[in-house]
Amino acid sequence: MADELYSLTIHEAAGMLRRGELSSVALTEAVLDRVVAVDNDVKAYLALTPEAALADAAAADALFAAADDPARLPALLGIPLAVKDVILVEGVPTTCGSRILEDFMPPYEATVTAKLRAAGAVILGKTNTDEFAMGSSTENSAYFTTHNPWDLSRVPGGSSGGSAAAVAAGECLGALGSDTGGSVRQPAGLCGVVGLKPTYGRVSRYGLVAFASSLDQIGPLARDVTDAALLLNTIAGYDPRDSTSMNVPVPDYRAALTGDVRGLRVGVPREYFIDGMQPQVEQAVRAAIDTLAALGAEVVEIRLPNTEHALPVYYLIAPAEASANLARFDGVRYGLRHPDAETMWQGYTMTRGAGFGPEVKRRIMLGTYALSAGYYDAYYLKAQQVRTLLKQDFDQAFQQVDVIACPTSPTTAFKIGEKADDPLSMYLADVFTLSLNLAGNCGLSLPCGFDAAGLPIGLQLIGPAFGEGTILRAAHAYEQATDWHLQRPMLNNMPAD
Amino acid sequence: MSLTTADVEHIAHLARLELTTDEIEQYRRQLSDILAHFDVLAQVDTSAIAPTASVLSLRSVMRRDEVRPGLSTEDALANAPDSADGFFRVPAIFGDDANGG
Repeated sequence: MADELYSLTIHEAAGMLRRGELSSVALTEAVLDRVVAVDNDVKAYLALTPEAALADAAAADALFAAADDPARLPALLGIPLAVKDVILVEGVPTTCGSRILEDFMPPYEATVTAKLRAAGAVILGKTNTDEFAMGSSTENSAYFTTHNPWDLSRVPGGSSGGSAAAVAAGECLGALGSDTGGSVRQPAGLCGVVGLKPTYGRVSRYGLVAFASSLDQIGPLARDVTDAALLLNTIAGYDPRDSTSMNVPVPDYRAALTGDVRGLRVGVPREYFIDGMQPQVEQAVRAAIDTLAALGAEVVEIRLPNTEHALPVYYLIAPAEASANLARFDGVRYGLRHPDAETMWQGYTMTRGAGFGPEVKRRIMLGTYALSAGYYDAYYLKAQQVRTLLKQDFDQAFQQVDVIACPTSPTTAFKIGEKADDPLSMYLADVFTLSLNLAGNCGLSLPCGFDAAGLPIGLQLIGPAFGEGTILRAAHAYEQATDWHLQRPMLNNMPAD
Repeated sequence: MSLTTADVEHIAHLARLELTTDEIEQYRRQLSDILAHFDVLAQVDTSAIAPTASVLSLRSVMRRDEVRPGLSTEDALANAPDSADGFFRVPAIFGDDANGG
């Protein structure tokens, strides 16, 4: 399979395109053929745009043919990519995995996809997501559940499960997701790919349908660390159309991949190795930390004492912000309007009752309660205060260390349906990822092994705000010393059930 | 924290969500369970801790007050469930006794 065009990394394909060994049209056709071959089983895509993709690929090929110096062309020129369906791509339906936006056609383009297009990337389509990015398995998509390419009876993680599965299955060379509490890193870990959540403010949120505005960030999913760096290079940067994007210079993240971690201080937080986590996950992550030490990193045990509070803080703040953000879906300006609504009031309540799925309603209810008169101080304000303590934990830790290493998730991919009726146990799937969003750090997940069932295990590397270059450097050095990232799922041998 | 049916109906009203009887009972149980799990926060001493609403320091962003192209009326109405004469059209608001208070 490693010889197949669809399994190339972005940087491998970019080299072949520049040397005239491959055309973007041939590459895009190979990836689209792969989608036809496997997506009935994987179900990563909500919408495919093959005609537009092949036209963009032909345009890229024309640029390669006309270039005097192909090395100077953008790294993503002619590269087929997928975009999570919570990001607006003009002219392509955006559903957010929800019935309430079933027929929504975006009238404008997200900044991140405009940047991909300006770099000449080929957008293949929109990938599946838990409804409004609320979930950890894609089971909350109103349309269908995506299947994990390593075992089709298991979830790919979520909410960016469609993007992670598409990257793992060879249905694109890289993808964008969004991460509010782990929604890029957790599915990346469960699908054996690299997923990066940038620092809050690093990447523009313009054109990302808002879930929790103080936590949401768009991030790349890719087959290796170099590809993640190339994608981040393209999407990062200040955007005047997002008042929370930060005007901080964007370094060349690929240049940060020196392979050298000698003297890098790696913190290992005791609180991230908990009772109830899968023993093979702990073994693989500890072995990965040993590898970093063998490469010259200095491993230090650290404390993040408020870690146990992160889950309740997150599940009060994120639903509270969501309950306000999702008020816009009122059946007036866009999206579903219930056909039986006779009054304005019914237009709101019947439309929202019918248009939102169970988890979205649950979070709107939870958030509305946390913000309501009489409970605001006890829940929402309290959560914001403990958020300050969580941030202080990380600020203090990053005075001692450069990077924090821990598991991405407490277990490998779970069975479809296993947690679907138990919201609290589903929330626990994010227990190691969500504190970063609350504290505003960056983090990534990369493959660090497999369990006995052959399911991927993710190593999470956390950096301080705007420390993407450091975590990418550490991840790349680890990747160079191991071959987990070269493993591909044997999809063709697997029966769908 | 155990919620009553009336609590759930009140929250649904605030959230403008029509729920079935079964949903009300399901959310009453689930939200009670979830909130009970969150009561651990009450034990954290936050008497001297300022709340964090955003990890960024708050700042106002100013730009020149100049005319720029925006969304056209046609584009803005393109996804509307109902529109007329360049406006979104909705059921009458006034003269409606069932406005939910």
